[in-house]
Amino acid sequence: MSSSTTTQTYVPKTRVGKVTDYVDSRVGGSGIVKEFGRKIFPDHWTFMFGEVALYTFVILLISGTFLTFFYDPSMAETHYEGSFLPLRGVEMSVAYASSLDISFDVRGGLFMRQIHHWAALLFVASVAVHMLRVFFTGAFRRPREFNWVVGCTLLILSLAAGFTGYSLPDDLLSGNGLRIIDGVMKAIPVVGTYLSFFLFGGEFPGTMIIGRLYVLHILLIPAVILLLIGIHLFMVVLHKHSQFPGPGRTNTNVVGYPVGPVYAAKAGGFFFIVFGVLAAIAAAFTINPIWNYGPYDPSPVSAGTQPDWYIGWVDGALRLMPGTLGDNFDFEFMIPFPWGVNALSLNVLIPALVPAMIVFTLMFAWPWIEAWVTKDKREHHLLDRPRNAPTRTAIGVAGVTFYCVLWAAASSDLIATHFLVSLNDVTYWLRFLVIFGPVLAFMVARRIALALQRKDREIALHGRETGRIVRLPHGEFIEVHEPVDDYKRYKLVAFESPEVMVPAPDADGKVGRLDKVHGRISRFFFEDRVAPVTPKELAASHGDHHGEIAGAKDRESIASH
Amino acid sequence: MADSSHGAPGTSVTVATPGSELDSFANPGLPPHRPRLADRDRRAEKRAERQVALLFIISVLGTLLFFVGYFFIPLDQTIERLRLQNLMLGLGTAFAMLGIGVGIVHWAKTLMPDHEVTENRHAIRPESDRQDAEKIVNDILEESGIKRRPLIRNTLLGAAILAPLPAIAIFRDLGPLPGNALKQTMWDTGVRLTRDPSGTPIRASDVTVGSAFHVIPEGLNEVEHKLEEKAKAVVLLMRLDPEELNPSPGRENWGYDGIVAYSKICTHVGCPVALYEQQTHHLLCPCHQSTFDLEQECKVIFGPAARPLPQLPIEVDDEGYLVASSDFQEPVGPSFWERG
Repeated sequence: MSSSTTTQTYVPKTRVGKVTDYVDSRVGGSGIVKEFGRKIFPDHWTFMFGEVALYTFVILLISGTFLTFFYDPSMAETHYEGSFLPLRGVEMSVAYASSLDISFDVRGGLFMRQIHHWAALLFVASVAVHMLRVFFTGAFRRPREFNWVVGCTLLILSLAAGFTGYSLPDDLLSGNGLRIIDGVMKAIPVVGTYLSFFLFGGEFPGTMIIGRLYVLHILLIPAVILLLIGIHLFMVVLHKHSQFPGPGRTNTNVVGYPVGPVYAAKAGGFFFIVFGVLAAIAAAFTINPIWNYGPYDPSPVSAGTQPDWYIGWVDGALRLMPGTLGDNFDFEFMIPFPWGVNALSLNVLIPALVPAMIVFTLMFAWPWIEAWVTKDKREHHLLDRPRNAPTRTAIGVAGVTFYCVLWAAASSDLIATHFLVSLNDVTYWLRFLVIFGPVLAFMVARRIALALQRKDREIALHGRETGRIVRLPHGEFIEVHEPVDDYKRYKLVAFESPEVMVPAPDADGKVGRLDKVHGRISRFFFEDRVAPVTPKELAASHGDHHGEIAGAKDRESIASH
Repeated sequence: MADSSHGAPGTSVTVATPGSELDSFANPGLPPHRPRLADRDRRAEKRAERQVALLFIISVLGTLLFFVGYFFIPLDQTIERLRLQNLMLGLGTAFAMLGIGVGIVHWAKTLMPDHEVTENRHAIRPESDRQDAEKIVNDILEESGIKRRPLIRNTLLGAAILAPLPAIAIFRDLGPLPGNALKQTMWDTGVRLTRDPSGTPIRASDVTVGSAFHVIPEGLNEVEHKLEEKAKAVVLLMRLDPEELNPSPGRENWGYDGIVAYSKICTHVGCPVALYEQQTHHLLCPCHQSTFDLEQECKVIFGPAARPLPQLPIEVDDEGYLVASSDFQEPVGPSFWERG
């Protein structure tokens, strides 16, 4: 970055010149303007998910700050005296009472609560969808691996932010959520009971947990999120944004619109659009009507309640895990030790930890796993269309399927009551699907990706079907194909298609064990492949008929297939 | 999947090693720029300008709507009025924001230049910088002498490992140690079963066949740590035909004439097992659908729980009220390591 180069002799003449000179000669802003004022950002609708995540976070900070002015994170007992008549005189915590006051006695408070909750749901959703975009387009490849890891961490933090916030109103639902957390925590071997007592300040529910979650929710977690967002965006600028392949786009350039004025206007305007959409949702759709639930009490519970969507998959896993198999086997083991018997509750530990561990481990490690499989250490600034990386896409779809089955399982009771089927049958089906669904999804997704690639090949080689049927003089009917132009064709052929890497023997003529494994995995990844069309193929199948609506030559190409 | 179909129709295709110029298409470069309507037609340009201004005016109206809702919809303790105010505040904000946002985006898309610009990427790290940086780091290490002085290095390492331990230990007072807290509840010999939440005692004769009561121990509402005690002590009381119960040896007298009491806290992760299916004599936890069968001493017959609900032994006192014969014979609620 060039530093301030103001000289003594420079006398600004315009107003802009005066202001910038005043600032620049003190803090040196010219370099920043020069670097960013016309920086190029590529444009694609899928690049907006990350923006949505950023903007919803800003909206969360704004609405959340408002809420902190009225919310009181105390679990002291009080009797409600506010405007909501059905709960008048009911014993409850100060936290719940102040949440009711925000809803009923602070003008605009309910609106702020609603926009905060909706924004939180959208925040986690947009982070997740953004990560899916990055995964399916291969944007995590070198040099962006670290930024992928920062993103994964942000996803976990956004879940933590969501859950800690969900618990704050101290209503019946959030209290039951905490009760489940307490139950899961106690299942952890050796230290579980202690963790629970330390977190809750004694026995559940205690009088400490809301205040502690509050500090995590409004201070620690948002501060770390903010820091990581800073690092995330710093790396985006450093790497420059990736772009889809296409005419004019190469691995060494960026094609798009300059920050000023176009991109700043579009991105800045988009913030207001996200805000506006959230405001409209908060205006029209009630979320978390805590006054219907009542204060937390360990005894009552309502049927058919749902956690916030992003917690659903863990709750679903808890539901799907059988506690017992048959009459004689259960997943809670009593382990005899010299000092006594200890309990190991695998029926809780497995569903609470294993799916999350699988998903997050694969997610964090994926850039290095894939780089090992492809042995590809080059920098990638051009994205993959998902169909052009069929195995990666299929693995991603398998992961999404696994997640979605668990997520659906969190609503197993509602599925049963809405579709009038047996709750037990729903559970049995979902148990089957959580194991075999990802396998099926993998196979189907890979086939679809390969089929789409074949379709691209057809179009690149023979052009688009016009739907025009022509009868030739000797009576044959053909459909006329219209060749695509160079730009369109380039989009269809500009991709890399890695091939199976056969393990090479070393100097002694031996193939190492790891090399063999690598060979097998490489075969699994790249055996089924559709190669991009080459100029030679195009020439062979068509001859040169650019720009002409084909007749006889198309007949040949149709006849040959 | 054992198939290995190559996608190339017709001749089998060997494709080019990535990057080879001969076998791949040349990049045709950016397509020619296509002017928009507003670039060519003065009237269209003016129209777009008016549309943007109109959107900004809609934003102004939205802000006004917000103020109308805020100042002219007095809350009167009804949900309907609150909803109306919420709707006006929300729609006002929505129009205010969407007007600005859509207006600016429309402005950018119709009136600002839409020529795509190409910028070259720079190497993330020029080789000369790397060499300089490596030299600097080496110089720093050398000048600090950390490699040459293992005594300093090792003592620092030891100190650095120990120093954070107080930061962990200082969290010790976050909570008391569990002790026996999870193994005992308020129930004890002679403690009356009372209704939740009123605390009125229950006579055996009040409990008709087929009925169920949500029960708390007598005096719960007066204790200091009410919620903590309640989270362990809540009980479901049901009366069945005595012949439908099949008590195991030693538990025959834990009930009274078909009346049985079971812990309401699920042995899975602690939700209240609040649903009693009267016809089938099943108890269902609404959180994760663990199902317990009263006819088999609340054995788990479905779902993720692994242990039966603990039974509270009960009897009837001189005045005909139901009382506990003792505390639960095992810890209630979710499992924990020390449960044993």
